[in-house]
Amino acid sequence: MATLTLTVNGKPVSAQAEANTLLVEFLRETLGLTGTHVGCDTSQCGACVVHLDGLAVKSCTMLALQAEGTEVTTIEGLAPPGSLHPMQVAFHQNHGLQCGFCTPGMVMASVALVTDNPNPSEPEVRQGLAGNLCRCTGYQNIVKSVIAGARAMER
Amino acid sequence: MNTRAKTGTQSSVPVQGGVGQALAHDSGHLHVSGGALYTDDIPEPRNLLHVAIGTSAHPHAKLKKVDLAPVLAAPGVVAVLGAEDIPGENNFGPVLADDPIFSPGLVQYVGQSIFAVAAHSYTEARRAARLAKIDYELLEPILDPEEAVRRQSFVLPTETISRGDSRKALRKALHHLQGKLKLGGQDQFYLEGHIAMAVPREDGDMLVYSSTQHPGEIQHKVAHALGKTSKDIVVECRRMGGAFGGKESQPALFACIAALVAQQTGCAAKVRLDRDDDMIMTGKRHDFVVGYEVGFDDEGRIQGIEFEYAARCGMSADLSGAVNDRTMFHSDNAYFLENVTIVSHRCKTHTVSNTAFRGFGGPQGMYAIEYVVDEIARYLKLDPLAVRKTNFYGTDDRNVTPYEQTIEDNILHELVAQLEASGDYAERRSDIAEFNAASRFLKRGIALTPVKFGISFTATHLNQAGALLHVYTDGTVHLNHGGTEMGQGLFTKVSQVVAEELQIDIDRIKITASDTSKVPNASATAASSGSDLNGKAAQLAARTVKDRLREFAAEHFAVSADAVEFRNNRVQAGKQTVSFTELVNLAFFARVSLSSTGFYRTPKIHYDRKTFSGRPFYYYAYGAAIAEVVVDTLTGEYRVIRVDILHDCGKSLNPAIDLGQVEGGFVQGMGWLTGEELWWNDKGELKTHAPSTYKIPVCSDLPVDFRVQLLESAANREETIHRSKAVGEPPLMLALCVFHALKDAVAAAADYRASPHLDAPATPEAVLRAVDELRARGTAQPERQTG
Repeated sequence: MATLTLTVNGKPVSAQAEANTLLVEFLRETLGLTGTHVGCDTSQCGACVVHLDGLAVKSCTMLALQAEGTEVTTIEGLAPPGSLHPMQVAFHQNHGLQCGFCTPGMVMASVALVTDNPNPSEPEVRQGLAGNLCRCTGYQNIVKSVIAGARAMER
Repeated sequence: MNTRAKTGTQSSVPVQGGVGQALAHDSGHLHVSGGALYTDDIPEPRNLLHVAIGTSAHPHAKLKKVDLAPVLAAPGVVAVLGAEDIPGENNFGPVLADDPIFSPGLVQYVGQSIFAVAAHSYTEARRAARLAKIDYELLEPILDPEEAVRRQSFVLPTETISRGDSRKALRKALHHLQGKLKLGGQDQFYLEGHIAMAVPREDGDMLVYSSTQHPGEIQHKVAHALGKTSKDIVVECRRMGGAFGGKESQPALFACIAALVAQQTGCAAKVRLDRDDDMIMTGKRHDFVVGYEVGFDDEGRIQGIEFEYAARCGMSADLSGAVNDRTMFHSDNAYFLENVTIVSHRCKTHTVSNTAFRGFGGPQGMYAIEYVVDEIARYLKLDPLAVRKTNFYGTDDRNVTPYEQTIEDNILHELVAQLEASGDYAERRSDIAEFNAASRFLKRGIALTPVKFGISFTATHLNQAGALLHVYTDGTVHLNHGGTEMGQGLFTKVSQVVAEELQIDIDRIKITASDTSKVPNASATAASSGSDLNGKAAQLAARTVKDRLREFAAEHFAVSADAVEFRNNRVQAGKQTVSFTELVNLAFFARVSLSSTGFYRTPKIHYDRKTFSGRPFYYYAYGAAIAEVVVDTLTGEYRVIRVDILHDCGKSLNPAIDLGQVEGGFVQGMGWLTGEELWWNDKGELKTHAPSTYKIPVCSDLPVDFRVQLLESAANREETIHRSKAVGEPPLMLALCVFHALKDAVAAAADYRASPHLDAPATPEAVLRAVDELRARGTAQPERQTG
């Protein structure tokens, strides 16, 4: 066990973590932030994407202790409590979800994508999200959501 | 209480969230904010134990000795359970008792459950499970369906449907083709893996949270395993993170194990499968080998046809009986088969027991007939679409299926004509021929394929549903029904039905978790029937309460019942109107019951399984799609350039949700037929058990140009809920056009002189093999056989 100190969703956190605790386990089990999901356990489906100092990372592939001193944002902290980030609104309004299990990771990956490329084309969104699996939607509405979300983020 | 009735005109504004509106998913705001609770997100009870399952390393073996002492001695371990620790029935099989929870001594696939270990942490349990010392006496496995047919190894008896005299018709036909097709299975790959959490209650009762399409069956199986009865067990499921049929029968194993651990230890217990274990341990879509013989005339009209199916059912029957029945029922797809024999072998192999997956056997039957029709066209050098149309079911004649159901709602002729025009089929086909003539390595292909899919459970008794509805004195509604939410938007649609029926805004309705203590004996949410059945049941529950309110209002306001009208959150009684809430309050004080159940059973259907005849389907859902692809004939790699879909949802309850089902179903079907390859080695081990090796479609695999439309103003001819049609499964089979467009492109690699041998999934490797094989065949024509 070691003490891990970092910022999660804008709040300072200090908690114990085993050397082999994954960041996603730390977020879900220690902090109770269950919006970040585990889909494949092996860093391929993207359901566990969170932001680490503003960059999208798959939290199932990272040790919690590696996040020492960083700022982590999870889906719960993307927008102030009681409100939604424009990308969250876009996914909701454009039906960019069905079962919703991949959605937190999709939204986090999309925000990172649009932060990098504020006005992405459809092909750029399709390429940019190729690391996030969705089994329900066929992606069409996800792409639509990201483009709508990007426009809303510009404003 | 004073009546605050006032006079006024009712609003003609539609109620907010009624049927036909493109509402967002009812949990959408929770999905996007991380607030939607899946089973693994439910706050864990104190002393929760985590469970791992010890599994078989061999496909067929006797367990000579199972030493679990090292497992029990491992750090953090609290309990270890095997077959002898089950107080009740050691079975989770949905139909036959051939699926042991823990192997009692014989293992029949790699990954079969032998024992469970419960520990304080997930990691401790998983580590401990690997410490078992198991001595196996290896037996010879049967690993593929053809071998099973040779050895007569079946989980259920072989079945046959026949009509007319297919032998005689084949002999008499001008042209004759025969062949053998292979098509692969498919993993459901729901993003949320299997999971169950059991929480002991007082007096030996058990609450089980299960990610399941069939809470009622979980309740029964858990009760049987624990040696309890249904009244002692409650199963709840608010939502699943995808299911697609994979959570119809399969969750019972994990729910039973969680409950057994909870019963034995007195602690809550959770089983959550790691993705690899999920893929290794649980059933998938059946892979098939299909033999066919067909006789036809110069126009490609089928005179006689025979199919012989061999399906990999795996080690047990599971749902394979009904799955393979549906394969037989969809061997016609859209085509009239006058003289037909369909033989279906349900092969027992020493691999995981295959199960339900969107389409439930239908896709495999449709794959076979579409393949044959395409072969006929290539043999006759006709446009495959022309041969398809030649064989279409008629509307007034040539309209009886091989199982003797008369098709009364055929809209394929108009639907296909509309798509053909909007998708520029003819023009693109000729452009493609031009392109291919000028392009040496890149070849394009195009195909239009139709879908006709039968709606209803083929087991007639399953076509029933219940709902429970309470109206509270503040005018809000608690709604429950026997269906489950797996992302398909069922809860949203059923809420819309109730909003419409009660004429209240949808935000006054809370739809609640599927719960066996609220609606009993519910069928699985499957067979695309969720909104058809539960929508009707909920409507009837709402109508009962509404009728009571109407009767009360008539009396209270001294008008006739006919003069009471519910409209947009208000109720008009003669010249007076009150709000819905006011009326509810008045009724409450007058001691009117504000709660009701609703029950629905599908009319008209009947079916004799002995003769495979009757009307198994209430109606059919239709659709068609065109795909255009480009193939690199040097590498086998390809892109889907454009897809046009026109799909029939009847009068859609929610066009946004239905469109999502069509798009999602299509892409999932495309995965089945293109990139998703299940591969077992000769030791019976599945080697594609994670997304690293098993490729479901990703965002960049989408058709470059993807045009999806719902057929407008096509009301269901049957009295379904608001004349809508089921939409869960049918769109999956629209993806057959992608496979046939690929086949068309491969054919272009040899100037259409012969038909390629392409099996599904048409991975780039398979496409390259088909190109090479076709070119190696040179210009030789297929052997021409005449009758």
